[in-house]
Amino acid sequence: MADTGSDHGTAVVKREAPVPSTGTAVVPSDAIENPGFPPYRPRVSDLDPVKARQNERRVSWLFWLSIAGSIFAIVAYIVFPIVPGDLNSVRLNTLFLGIGIALGLFGIGFGAVHWSKSLMDGHDLVEARHPTRGSEETREKAVEVFHLGNKESGFTRRKLIRNSLIGALVVSPLPAVVLFRDLAPAGDPVARLKHTLWDKDVRLTRDPDGTPIKASDVTLGSVFHVIPDGLNDMHEGKLEEKAKAAVLLMRLKPSDLNVSQGREDWNFEGIVAYSKICTHVGCPVALYEQQTHHLLCPCHQSQFDITREATVIFGPAKRPLPQLPITVDNEGYLVARSDFTEPVGPSFWERL
Amino acid sequence: MASTASRKTRSGRRSPLVSALLLIVGLLATGGSYALFTASASAETTASVDALVDEGEKLFQANCASCHGLSAQGTDAAPSLHGVGAASVDFQVGTGRMPMAATGPQAEEKPVQFTDEQVAALASYVASLAPGPAIPSDTYLNGEGDVANGAELFRINCAMCHNVAGAGGALTEGKFAPGLEGVEPVHVYEAMVTGPQNMPVFNDLNITPEDKADIISYLQFMDENDSPGGIDLGGLGPVSEGLFVWIFALGSIVAITVWLTAKSN
Repeated sequence: MADTGSDHGTAVVKREAPVPSTGTAVVPSDAIENPGFPPYRPRVSDLDPVKARQNERRVSWLFWLSIAGSIFAIVAYIVFPIVPGDLNSVRLNTLFLGIGIALGLFGIGFGAVHWSKSLMDGHDLVEARHPTRGSEETREKAVEVFHLGNKESGFTRRKLIRNSLIGALVVSPLPAVVLFRDLAPAGDPVARLKHTLWDKDVRLTRDPDGTPIKASDVTLGSVFHVIPDGLNDMHEGKLEEKAKAAVLLMRLKPSDLNVSQGREDWNFEGIVAYSKICTHVGCPVALYEQQTHHLLCPCHQSQFDITREATVIFGPAKRPLPQLPITVDNEGYLVARSDFTEPVGPSFWERL
Repeated sequence: MASTASRKTRSGRRSPLVSALLLIVGLLATGGSYALFTASASAETTASVDALVDEGEKLFQANCASCHGLSAQGTDAAPSLHGVGAASVDFQVGTGRMPMAATGPQAEEKPVQFTDEQVAALASYVASLAPGPAIPSDTYLNGEGDVANGAELFRINCAMCHNVAGAGGALTEGKFAPGLEGVEPVHVYEAMVTGPQNMPVFNDLNITPEDKADIISYLQFMDENDSPGGIDLGGLGPVSEGLFVWIFALGSIVAITVWLTAKSN
């Protein structure tokens, strides 16, 4: 075995330079001479019959392991059934089923690779790539078929038919364009982005049950997750509206708030409401720290300072969170004074 | 009504006066005995509460007063404890967060420094200073609430900081929301009511005691049920899972590829 090995190693066809096919644009003139394969190095299983037998056994073990794994998967599926309502049974079932099937497949794969690497003939060889160009005969035949088709159908001669066919083909995808356009929101998307369900005297209600919130419920340091009254009665587009109108309600000491001019009556005795939609890419910002009064967006770590009207103090957000002007109605419930005075959420084309 | 009633009594054998007399005697008897019994009972409980408060005051002055002030009025180093209630003390001291080992971004959980009796005494003392949230009753802590409702409330109110699986998460400037696995239900409840450190307050008007019980049930359900998909990698979400895939899945693909193409020796 070992002696004959080197003879086989020279079986490679040595070429001085690659002969370019007629289809190749660049003719390499300075091609490196193909050094050929390194001399064949005999493997342990070529040299030592004991090692060869050992490898044979190993390959066989891997296949036996695969059989065992497949049977184990079947047994495990029966022994660890999925009990409805018991999540742990799902866990055991999938775990053992997965281990069994993995062993079954990996055993075959590793066995086959180990077989070919250690026991099958180990000589390097080159399989030359076939040229992709067809023979002259085939090419002429193809051109002939085209000409014949043109002659018989009169495609180039009957211009009226040809042009109307091209027209029909161009127009035929248009219904799809119209259909897909209709998947977008009807009406002007800009107007829809600029307005939410909030309006004058709309009550602030708890997410998710929609019960109204009294100002006295909001104790110092509290946080309420708020949706507008009436959202839960919507049947269509509820999630879209919720995604725009979600609000975080917090109560701070009135002395901690730095209220700018024009916003004096937007809070109610230290109760402030801010849009929960980050002005960066629209994640819900709700990580409120009661003592530092920072609001953190979990997606990209933008931080907003609630004491300074949600100014951005860190992170990629560009604008402060829009504030919802609130007050109380005569029953003591918190209500909005108006919609947000600016669009909520991230920038869009008409608002950069 | 009055006329029909009087007609009925007249038609009976008893005089109307007897009914009224019986009523008065009955009321006096029940009211009087109630007053007597409760007076004696409250006298006993006041005595034991007073002892507990005294004990708590001593513990407070020995262990807490250096930061919180001799009468818990607060100093520059620590806030006033007037009105924080027994629930706050039971949470902060009962989880080892107080007394603080060192100043830092936040007080972290550590081995509890006091016995249960001492924690109760401290709680009674602080509760005696001003009214505040009390330690919740066991009816809300047994984990038998509506798990689905608790999960929804948890996702809305808690998950943004504590992670949807309760694994905890990072906050600003070195602070973090702790993981909630294995936390005592009473401490979960107290944390919601009192809002320890930077956690906001979720009072009973925001999340009712029944809803809090549902949230606790959800957390207990998460504790009792392993992740059905296999190892949950800490439940930290796409970052930990992505890191695992990058290191181990891609690593093993690279290793197999190297083995596939290497020559056998």
